[in-house]
Amino acid sequence: MKSSISRKILMALSGFFLMFFLLQHLSINILSVISPDMFNEVSHFMGYNPIIQFIMQPILIFGLLFHLIMGMYLEYQNNKARIKKYVNNKPNTNSPWVSRNMIISGITVLAFLILHMSDFWAHEMNYKYIAGSPEDPTRYWEELHHEMGEMSHLIIYTIANIFLALHLLHGFQSSFQSVGFNNNKYTPTLKKLGNVYAILIPLGFIFIAFFHFFTQSH
Amino acid sequence: MSILDSKVPEGPIKDKWTKHKNDINLVNPANKRHIDIIVVGTGLAGGSAAASLAEMGYNVKAFAYQDSPRRAHSIAAQGGINAAKNYQNDGDSNYRLFYDTVKGGDYRSREANVYRLAEVSGNIIDQCVAQGVPFAREYGGLLDNRSFGGVLVSRTFYAKGQTGQQLLLGAYSAMNRQIGKGKITMYNRHEMLDLVKIDGKARGIIARDLVTGKIEKHSAHAVVIASGGYGNVFFLSTNAMGSNATAAWKIHKKGAFFANPCYTQIHPTCIPRSGDHQSKLTLMSESLRNDGRIWVPKHMKDVEAIRAGKLKPTEIEEENRDYYLERRYPAFGNLVPRDVASRAAKERCDAGYGVNATGEAVYLDFKSAINRYGNEKAHVLGIHNPSDAKIIELGEGVIEAKYGNLFQMYEKIVDQNPYKTPMMIYPAVHYTMGGIWVDYNLMTTVPGCYAIGEANFSDHGANRLGASALMQGLADGYFVLPYTIGDYLSNEIRTGEIPTDSKEFNDAEKEVSDRLEKLVNIKGTKSVDYFHKKLGLIMWNNAGMARNATELKEAIDKIKAIREEFWKDVRVSGSTNSFNPELVKAGRVADFLELGELFARDALDRNESCGGHFREESVELDGEQKGEAKRDDVNYKYVAAWEFTGEPSEAILHKEELEFNDIELKQRSYK
Amino acid sequence: MSEKKDMDLTLKIWRQKDAQDKGQMVNYPVKSISPDSSFLEMLDVLNEDLVNKGDEPVAFDHDCREGICGMCSLYINGEAHGPDRKVTTCQLHMRKFKDGDTITIEPWRANAFPVLKDLVVDRSSFDRIQQAGGFISVNTSGNTQDANAIPISKIDADNAMDAATCIGCGACVATCKNASAMLFVSAKVAQFSLLPQGKVERKERVLNMVHQMDLEGFGNCTNTGACEVECPKGISLENIAIMNTEYLKASISKKA
Repeated sequence: MKSSISRKILMALSGFFLMFFLLQHLSINILSVISPDMFNEVSHFMGYNPIIQFIMQPILIFGLLFHLIMGMYLEYQNNKARIKKYVNNKPNTNSPWVSRNMIISGITVLAFLILHMSDFWAHEMNYKYIAGSPEDPTRYWEELHHEMGEMSHLIIYTIANIFLALHLLHGFQSSFQSVGFNNNKYTPTLKKLGNVYAILIPLGFIFIAFFHFFTQSH
Repeated sequence: MSILDSKVPEGPIKDKWTKHKNDINLVNPANKRHIDIIVVGTGLAGGSAAASLAEMGYNVKAFAYQDSPRRAHSIAAQGGINAAKNYQNDGDSNYRLFYDTVKGGDYRSREANVYRLAEVSGNIIDQCVAQGVPFAREYGGLLDNRSFGGVLVSRTFYAKGQTGQQLLLGAYSAMNRQIGKGKITMYNRHEMLDLVKIDGKARGIIARDLVTGKIEKHSAHAVVIASGGYGNVFFLSTNAMGSNATAAWKIHKKGAFFANPCYTQIHPTCIPRSGDHQSKLTLMSESLRNDGRIWVPKHMKDVEAIRAGKLKPTEIEEENRDYYLERRYPAFGNLVPRDVASRAAKERCDAGYGVNATGEAVYLDFKSAINRYGNEKAHVLGIHNPSDAKIIELGEGVIEAKYGNLFQMYEKIVDQNPYKTPMMIYPAVHYTMGGIWVDYNLMTTVPGCYAIGEANFSDHGANRLGASALMQGLADGYFVLPYTIGDYLSNEIRTGEIPTDSKEFNDAEKEVSDRLEKLVNIKGTKSVDYFHKKLGLIMWNNAGMARNATELKEAIDKIKAIREEFWKDVRVSGSTNSFNPELVKAGRVADFLELGELFARDALDRNESCGGHFREESVELDGEQKGEAKRDDVNYKYVAAWEFTGEPSEAILHKEELEFNDIELKQRSYK
Repeated sequence: MSEKKDMDLTLKIWRQKDAQDKGQMVNYPVKSISPDSSFLEMLDVLNEDLVNKGDEPVAFDHDCREGICGMCSLYINGEAHGPDRKVTTCQLHMRKFKDGDTITIEPWRANAFPVLKDLVVDRSSFDRIQQAGGFISVNTSGNTQDANAIPISKIDADNAMDAATCIGCGACVATCKNASAMLFVSAKVAQFSLLPQGKVERKERVLNMVHQMDLEGFGNCTNTGACEVECPKGISLENIAIMNTEYLKASISKKA
């Protein structure tokens, strides 16, 4: 934690963790398109399994918070490393926009996450622990389907996922570089894989949102 | 009997150094802690000396005018470093390296010094490898060698085209280790402006902090000058813009004799001048001559067509090309020593065969090497009957692997693709063999003041062989000076710290300040560069590749006149107590204006042709060698060491007679 | 040589009297610049003009003028060492510009590279990083083992050489949005970690050098890759990856 490289490696490790989570999240959500029953079953398992609820969930929250706070702290430090800025600067000539603006894509995704959490996670917490409502293994699909019925949600989801894609376009390959994986034999393939991941995952979420919006019975 | 004592030890040449090391006095480790040494310059010689002396326990203060020791101009050496390792099993030995160096130097160097250089050459490679210098290697993991001009073996170690850089970074890293330990105090962006002598001994220097303009007094028990050569006296040279003779010239004025100032190396393979805007010349490594063939058109009509842009060099048939080095020197061909190659280029250009607009360029052609390598490569790859295009493609690949960075550099500067059209080259001032006179211990005629590397005169005679400058710089700094300096310092162990408030220090400080004030207060009408360019032109025209008495006398008069004009009419903007590059430049040019005069005086005195010094009055008149340089061993077999008396050209000449016991003096022949 | 005609240009140059001065951009016209001249030769022309007018010339760092000493810097038209690739400013030629162009010239900007005057910055932070560990601890001795005693694979030697090519100019820092010095530091760490001679001290080296780098106030690396693109010597990002691994290994196995 003390040195720039430790922080960078931890950023990458938390990034890996979050990327794994995204994959897992998408895999479950995609079930909602295939079969409401299957989706309900898995969601119920995720919602009530104590290991997931009391170990995995806090780890996830911690990982997310760490990534977020460290990201902002690093951005603050990095900004401070050059107080006097250039009058004329052309960063586009040497680096992609996505790599230089992780803070923008990151904060956009964060803003979305707040909304997203209040939509689903806060609701879940309230349902289970505050209101103490009974277990109902069949409610999840309906709730999701209902939540995605609003046009405003659809737009927000789409935009947020585009930013998520931008974040991942740099984040995926950057994480490998940070932990020291850069090899002229494998890195080109890895970068391609990263691009595929960065586009497919958010695209998957967008697809799910669209699916639910257009299959509404209203 | 000369007043110069070279202190060369007695005995057979191969035992001299060993014997000397056994005989000289040493300083015990506890006493070394109480002894300060100033090293001026942090190139290969200064950097390696500073690091080694600090490792031994001395307190070192190192000075560099650059912002970091890593930027000294040794960094620009491209080709390589010689060492008699005989890794290639081609019969190399210390004796052969010694022989080649003395012969290459046209028998004007001190035998014992050169033998010692050859003796420690192998240690340099060991030391550098241990430091992590990434020399080029073969597939088996062992070190690779290449061959260089003027020799018949492959003994040159290299790190791509950046050998000087890698060796300097090695010395820099060794320095860094000592800076980190506090054993070296590094003064970056500092320039030495005078030597302080107390009771005849060197006791310190006056330096200027180039950032604040502050004049500082630094004392020490010994002062080592490692400030490089004075090629910039020609204005245009391959030296760095900041390379200067100030430190060397200041000690000369304080009593150090200046030896053989006229021995200048004009490097044959530089990128030709393109116009008046030119600020410096860029060297292309001599290693290019391993594969490039040098030529000019045989017929004047082709020359004219090329200059008019009507003909391309690639369109000239083989039989209409004059590969003049191969024609004149069949044994060595394109690999003749630098001075011979340079003069041959000048001869052709003077005869009107120069191939660019200025008439000062010849071709360096890689076409046959590309074909040869292409065929070899095709054979290796098992391609039968390869097409011409394939051969060229493969050959260009090989050439790129060998010289890629040089070719790229050429293309960036000249805007022509050297793979497709021959390079244009022309000789340029590159290295100065002359320098401060030193004895076998590398001490100047001022007790306690040493000169190492290019700043001294000792090892290269009248001409330096390729890849020998790096060798000498590191030999002096790593393996010679650290031992020999102890002989003097063993008498200084009771001196204690030297105060800087003595009269001598204060006087020197005042003199320096006054001179700087004088420079900024002339407030004349012409820039420093104006004078520097004017001086350079005289040096090049009258004391360049070919010299004669009339022109040299003229040069002396002209330089005197420019110097007078300079001190009346130079305009130096800014103040003395600030960051002021113009003032720095002015001080250096003022010194060049004195050194140039001594240079011409020395060239005038030496009425013989030897190495880089070619007197038109001294050429072979008949026989196989007709027209070649003629050395005069009867009258000029000496080192000319000049003692300053007030006016540069009125310096007193002291001669150190050279003795050759282990090498027979012969007229050099590369035919 | 180029057939192009001489050019007239407008230069917008950062002028700053000394380290304390606030500084500002100042416009200067220059006329009849040969396209074959280098960028610094163009500045020489400007300075000669300024001296003749009695003004103070623009201070800029330069020395070898053949792209190897690393002394020259300059942020030209928004890019370190200007618009050309794999060259230093001294090797940038005016043929890359057009008649009538306006060119902005700024010093390297980073807190760790304070401006001394005009376009001259203080890069001694780089030296201090090297002093912290950028060496192999061998004393000068005539008795080191023979240079061929340890064979080193050509690939490792070549890769070490590629890393060692760094000239320490600071373009990586200047161009990095975070003013990070990772490329510079990693070049040295990677060079030594690839060679058997460097392996003995590899752990202390990387820990000490990174520690010093952080102390100097450089920013953190965020892998934008800008440094590699602007590096005049093409030092690869792979070196940063090597340093990350070296650091990880060293910090796990050793108490810093």
